[in-house]
Amino acid sequence: MEHLQLMGAYILRRLLINLLVFALITVAIFMLVHAAPGDPVKMMIPPDQLNSGSAAFIAAKRHELGLDQSVFLQYWHWLDNAVHGNLGYSLVSGRSVTSLLSERIGPTIELMGVGLALSLLIAFPLGIIAAVRRNTAVDYAATVVSLGSVSIPAFFLALLAIYVLTLRFQLLPSAGMSTPGASGLIDLLRHLLLPALILGFGNSGPFMRYIRSSMISELGSDYVRTAEAKGAGPIRVVVRHTLRNALIPVLTIIALSLPGVLAGAVVIEKVFAWPGMGQLAVSSVQQQDYSVIIGFALIIAILVLLSNLVADLLYTVADPRVRLR
Amino acid sequence: MTAVDIAVAPARRSPARLAVRRFVRHRIAVVSVGVLLVVVIGAVFAGPISGHSPTTIDLFHIRASPSEKHWLGTDSTGRDVFSRLLYAGRVSLGVGVAAALIAVVIGTVLGSLAGLLGGWVDQTVMRLADIFLSFPSLVVMIVVAGILGPSVITMVLAIGLFQWPTCGRLVRGVTLSLREQEYVQASRAVGAGPVWLMARHIIPAALPPVSVVATLGVAQAIGLEATLSFLGLGVQPPQPSWGNMLTDAQSLTVIRSMPWLWLPPGLAVAITVLAVNFIGDGLRDAVDPRRS
Repeated sequence: MEHLQLMGAYILRRLLINLLVFALITVAIFMLVHAAPGDPVKMMIPPDQLNSGSAAFIAAKRHELGLDQSVFLQYWHWLDNAVHGNLGYSLVSGRSVTSLLSERIGPTIELMGVGLALSLLIAFPLGIIAAVRRNTAVDYAATVVSLGSVSIPAFFLALLAIYVLTLRFQLLPSAGMSTPGASGLIDLLRHLLLPALILGFGNSGPFMRYIRSSMISELGSDYVRTAEAKGAGPIRVVVRHTLRNALIPVLTIIALSLPGVLAGAVVIEKVFAWPGMGQLAVSSVQQQDYSVIIGFALIIAILVLLSNLVADLLYTVADPRVRLR
Repeated sequence: MTAVDIAVAPARRSPARLAVRRFVRHRIAVVSVGVLLVVVIGAVFAGPISGHSPTTIDLFHIRASPSEKHWLGTDSTGRDVFSRLLYAGRVSLGVGVAAALIAVVIGTVLGSLAGLLGGWVDQTVMRLADIFLSFPSLVVMIVVAGILGPSVITMVLAIGLFQWPTCGRLVRGVTLSLREQEYVQASRAVGAGPVWLMARHIIPAALPPVSVVATLGVAQAIGLEATLSFLGLGVQPPQPSWGNMLTDAQSLTVIRSMPWLWLPPGLAVAITVLAVNFIGDGLRDAVDPRRS
């Protein structure tokens, strides 16, 4: 009972800290908006109205949007609008930022999800084998693979893969989400495989290292010796005993890595013309479409805080020994 | 064994020598030092080695394949690719080292202050470190470059700003363990302030592990610079960078039939970052005897 209370208090405190951090981030983003060149009033009016409107109309709009008020009040208005889903309008296409982002979020989640799954599929076997066969050739090979995964830039790997798999052997498509005319799951998966594989490989290195060190510390514990003394073979020890305990720290690392996976997806989407948020963000940056960039920044901030919160929760739920200070 | 040998023996086993010996045992790290040396020499002597200017445009020889005159051919405005490759090394190495240095300085100062002063200073610095670490620096830099415009200075500052927490946490840990040591307590008892403690005791003790973190930071910064420049948000042409040399290679025609335009710069980033990471790995083994 006392433990549950402690846990509740801990989670509540983490939640409050995260909210405070989020407030600070919105201040930072708002300050960036202010630093951005251009007139903010034009970001908040649909362009067709902007072109037909007179100077008096814009002045009225400026007053209505509170842009003639103090910076503090302006921040409050901006936050109020953002919370209600009004992030302004794209300076390029004139569409609302919320609708632009929401139609791009699905493809990005697909890419991130499959990419993450593939990275775990690479990292778990290699990490476990490296831990069990510690300091052997297999372990060194796994280290080289994991260093390669963090060292080789994803965009270069993507170009190599396009060169080999698309151009030389014509196995997989290299751009977009679907073939014109074709449809269905198979077609989507064929388009998804290459980008997701590159994204997954890039993220597998750190996972592999965490799994390896987590497994090594578990393999050294007394219960493993007991299990071995009772006649459990190496496979049974790993599958039935150590893996479960080694999983806890690894799960939190996976949760914390989500923003990084999104960062990787930005580059991958650009190279493979995958119609997701990252591609939108890069093209908005190139066209200096500030309102869209800021909407993207807000989504990143939310993802960072959510993944932190999930990691905190996993930590407290999975391991009661966690210090509840 | 003569008396002279015995007198000399302890000097041979100094920690630094032992560390060098452990580093040399890491064969890939030693090879990496050689590879990095080649890259550095190429970057420093870019002019004399290539014999071409990296920015001279020759519209009569666009996208020419490798020849005796142009070892790696020419790019889409007729500039010598080999020369651009070598000059780009300067930018990449410069950005990498500068960003890692900024991170080390911020991290060492904040980390040792947090460890020495404790209390709310410690709390604030560590929370700040958490916040900076939880943001993916690539995305933050994309947003910042989008709003303030791409610039090498902003990029270096931003990379450094997002890398300091690793070093900061490390230095704080070293400081906390040093604080309990008798010689540091003695130093404090006779009136040493934070700056003296930092310069005399903390920095020398933290230097070996910090060198590992700094090396890995250089590798990360080179990779980030290449990625940002590839996206068109980092180093701007005509100044060459390994990243922006690859920007051209986004059409299938270039990828298929002009590999000299994208393969060399891509390999250069991959090999350089790998080499620096392997050196960092070797340094870690050398600095931390428990690992080997």
